[in-house]
Amino acid sequence: MKANMVEALNLCLKQEMEKDNSVVVMGEDVGIDGGVFRVTEGLNAKFGKDRVIDSPLSENGIIGTAIGMAALGLRPIAEIQFQGFDYEGYHQVIQHLARMRNRTRGQITLPMVLRLPYSGGIKALEHHSESLESIYIHLPGLKVICPASPYDAKGLLAAALDDPDPVIFFEPKRLYRAFKEEVPEERYTVDIGKAKIVKEGDDVTLISWGAMSYVSMDAVAEAETQGVSVEHIDLRTLSPCDWDTIMDSVNKTGRVVVVHEAPKTLGFGAEIAARIAEKALLSLEAPVKRVTGWDITIPYPKEEDYYFPDKKRILKGILETAKF
Amino acid sequence: MPRTTVYEGKVEYLQILDKDGNADAELDPGLPNELLDRMYRFMVLGRLWDHKCLMLQRTGRMYTYAPLEGQEAISVGSVLASKPEDWHFPTYREWFIYHIRGAPLHMVNLTWMGMEEGMRIDKSLRVFPYAVPIASQLPHAVGGAYALRMKGEKCACIAYCGDGGTSEGDFHDAMNFAGVWNAPCVFVISNNQWAISVPRKNQTNSETLAQKALAYGFSGIQVDGNDVLAVYRAIKEAADAARAGKGPRAVECITYRMGPHTTADDPKKYRSDDEVLYWKERDPIKRFRAYLEKKGVWNEEYEKKVHDEADKLIEDAVTKAEAFKQDPKDMFKYVYAAMTKNLEEQMKECFED
Repeated sequence: MKANMVEALNLCLKQEMEKDNSVVVMGEDVGIDGGVFRVTEGLNAKFGKDRVIDSPLSENGIIGTAIGMAALGLRPIAEIQFQGFDYEGYHQVIQHLARMRNRTRGQITLPMVLRLPYSGGIKALEHHSESLESIYIHLPGLKVICPASPYDAKGLLAAALDDPDPVIFFEPKRLYRAFKEEVPEERYTVDIGKAKIVKEGDDVTLISWGAMSYVSMDAVAEAETQGVSVEHIDLRTLSPCDWDTIMDSVNKTGRVVVVHEAPKTLGFGAEIAARIAEKALLSLEAPVKRVTGWDITIPYPKEEDYYFPDKKRILKGILETAKF
Repeated sequence: MPRTTVYEGKVEYLQILDKDGNADAELDPGLPNELLDRMYRFMVLGRLWDHKCLMLQRTGRMYTYAPLEGQEAISVGSVLASKPEDWHFPTYREWFIYHIRGAPLHMVNLTWMGMEEGMRIDKSLRVFPYAVPIASQLPHAVGGAYALRMKGEKCACIAYCGDGGTSEGDFHDAMNFAGVWNAPCVFVISNNQWAISVPRKNQTNSETLAQKALAYGFSGIQVDGNDVLAVYRAIKEAADAARAGKGPRAVECITYRMGPHTTADDPKKYRSDDEVLYWKERDPIKRFRAYLEKKGVWNEEYEKKVHDEADKLIEDAVTKAEAFKQDPKDMFKYVYAAMTKNLEEQMKECFED
């Protein structure tokens, strides 16, 4: 079937809830409203309000109670309406979600998924365009996923529900309805921790994830017409990161561009650059280039286009790196 | 009538044993001697173990430690009032709950000796690991209660916090979600008057902590937390109601932390000797002992037997705890269900010569 990302995620949730009675969905407006992005549309009618829970309005309450549910036998999928609101509940993530397995030496584990619609570029209100994956990647004990296509979104969400560890699932809302692609109706999984080579190439390695993987495609295609062969890696999973795929590519091309919409300083690009310096320094022919959001508060929608990496900035980064 | 009263609330106070151990005949739950004996043994063991831990800490054999003295009736009364199928979500000052629920005594203090192994509490005992961030375990109890109800289990989730904990957002989130979900939860507030150096009156302008439950749509009761029979009775009633589908309740236990907050502070700096003396006269063990004596359960010979048994258990637990070795590699092993390649590399680097 042809599906956009919202439809693919929705189908996945339906299938998982049918398959396993312990799967529950919780969040603000996820019930009768089907979520503000409609990812949970129809689940309420099909599975009832006890399994599709319109929670009180508290991110901390949602994550905190989901932890209790996961600990005592359910598989909660908690939705935070916008990633920009998750700081209220980040306390529970950092104090408990990430460390419960370790601090109880495996007695209490938290198999749950925290869905976070992130990313900007859709002219949303203040606090609605954040991309702070780094603060989750920074916490040992979590897995962090960020799909860039409907196919990967469905397969990775199913894999997240199979996973024994807590999974933070970043959904690029810019891509929710951006395009459709062929998605198998039946259940399948995409391996967590495995990057995807979107396109093979020889001159420059471009590393991206989520919405920026999509935005980068145009720049990659344009670079090709200008004679630069780009190997485009979509990380898909940010933690644990597929360093092998990255290093193999860097050893081949010797030139790297990392694209993300989070601020540059301490964005995941910084870690990628550092790891490349540790593991593949002698393969490098050029400095690792980061095309990222600026180190500023994300502007209000009127001027947000200055902020997010776009085709022009990414192309410039690729060409500069190729010519260095 | 444009202006009418739309809400009025009340909070009851329950005390069964007065400070001298005289029982209110009507309220006395008339517990069998066997149970009274267990209560007393646990309370004495808790106190003696607490004294031992302080000694261990002062002599460098234990790290920072949170003493229990003065609050034994809450841990003992609430656990003995609960059923094996109930879950407990203690604070770090209720660490003794681990043992009352069945964990070996030496294990409950491994954490204070700096080892995660102290938190490897067998899941079948139904005790959550205590949380260090204040009140942050309360939402877990509510979600846990939701999960257990959905799975068809008839049990209560009994969650603990202190007077300081009631100021935290987690306290309000938990109470609110519990009320909305009619969750089978019991919130036990150990109001020991002090959050380190900050007195109870600085935490809230509410007259009682129990009344906070009313705002979330369920009842709260205040009990004498140094009266093990009152604690037992209030928590049994609340847990029974929770299991019967009647929703959550809060039980505020008025008590006093006789020692410091942890071994890292000196309470003389912030509270008076007179205040400590006032509470010493209301000691939970002293008054329970007087009650037992009147019932013919307690005598000097019995006291000696209880102490001798406790001393033996403690001696054994100290030996076991101090001999305990945890594998340093476990710090890498339990981060994820399966170790990532990244962690394998770091573990190798960490332990190479």
